[in-house]
Amino acid sequence: MTGTALSRTLAAADPVTRLLCRHGDRSLVLSHRLQQCLTHAPSLEEEMAIANIALDLLGQTRALYGAVAERIGADGDDDLAFGRQASEFAPPLLVEQPNTDFAAVMVRQLLHDVWTRELWERLHASSDPFLAAVAAKAVKETTYHLMHATTWVVTLGDSTPEAHRRTQAAVDALWPFVAELFIDDPVSLAAAERGVAPRAADLRAAWDVRIGMILHDATLERPNDVAIPAAARPTAALREVIDELQELRRRHPGARW
Amino acid sequence: VTATPAQIAAAVPDPEMPEVTLGDLGIVRMVEVGSGCVTVTITPTYLGCPAVEVMAADIVAALQQAGWDRVDVQTSLSPAWSTAWITSEGRAKLGAAGIVPPPLGPDLHHALAELVPCPRCASRRTRRRSLFGSSPCREAFVCEGCGEPFERVKPV
Repeated sequence: MTGTALSRTLAAADPVTRLLCRHGDRSLVLSHRLQQCLTHAPSLEEEMAIANIALDLLGQTRALYGAVAERIGADGDDDLAFGRQASEFAPPLLVEQPNTDFAAVMVRQLLHDVWTRELWERLHASSDPFLAAVAAKAVKETTYHLMHATTWVVTLGDSTPEAHRRTQAAVDALWPFVAELFIDDPVSLAAAERGVAPRAADLRAAWDVRIGMILHDATLERPNDVAIPAAARPTAALREVIDELQELRRRHPGARW
Repeated sequence: VTATPAQIAAAVPDPEMPEVTLGDLGIVRMVEVGSGCVTVTITPTYLGCPAVEVMAADIVAALQQAGWDRVDVQTSLSPAWSTAWITSEGRAKLGAAGIVPPPLGPDLHHALAELVPCPRCASRRTRRRSLFGSSPCREAFVCEGCGEPFERVKPV
């Protein structure tokens, strides 16, 4: 399928297909952000942990994109990852945010993992058998990711003044992107109506409780909720990720492993 | 005695831990034989497990060598793979290879808090270095008794 045909088909697809694609976009972009950290991790163990988490997220992406490709008649997951413009990806702004420092990487992961851990747990009961099967695996993977991010955020927050300051700065900088995770739109509402996925807003209460406990343990302050920063999409951050992700495919069309 | 297709598929070594077979790990879920064609259903340990494609190719090669020309390998996600599916023989082989088998209990927090004896010197003075080891299914430890690193299969 050509890029244009693909984007037209996707835009007209049913809400469940679009929801699957959106979550594929989310995990692909976050996986790529983590891959950008490789060779920069503070220790060999951390290098392996980040690579493993990025690999799990990429595996989740491939499962989700594979299902989308089947539903719209595309060739496969590569079509969706490499055959679209940055403007056609719809990840939440949170996962696009750059790897400012190690604290920012771990805080971004924590805010994300608390959300997706809750999401996968609910999707386990999805009326869509495929999504329920993916969720059953992903919830186990995400549990480990969340434990890892929690350990780091608590360690850094409750540590030296410099580490505390930088971790609080990361929480403050990323907090404005949280609200978007819990905003419903016609796609999420239609999926919720069919029993395929929970409403986005329904995940907020559990998220607040768990994040509150972790921030407390980390001696970090919970920022006040603020309006989502207005941004033209695709943002420069997303364009950077997609450009880098697709570079090999652009230079060597049809390349295979 | 000729081995059945189910026995052949189950005997294929795991690409990342060749000391154990795909049967030992509970990865081979079903083997069906119908008019000269074998269909093998496997389940990935983790969604991003890079070994799945190698496993499928190895199963095809093993069955073809035994004379089964038409082999189809299917991947199934549900029910999700669990370390509880590793056979007792598989657990023994892992231990003999210096990889600590996963804990049996279903409680993840208990499993992560327990002391893990060193498979080399049996010292209980071991520390978890990372929840993430050299493959998606393993975590990394170091033994303060003998100073050596080792890995355990992560409970999922």
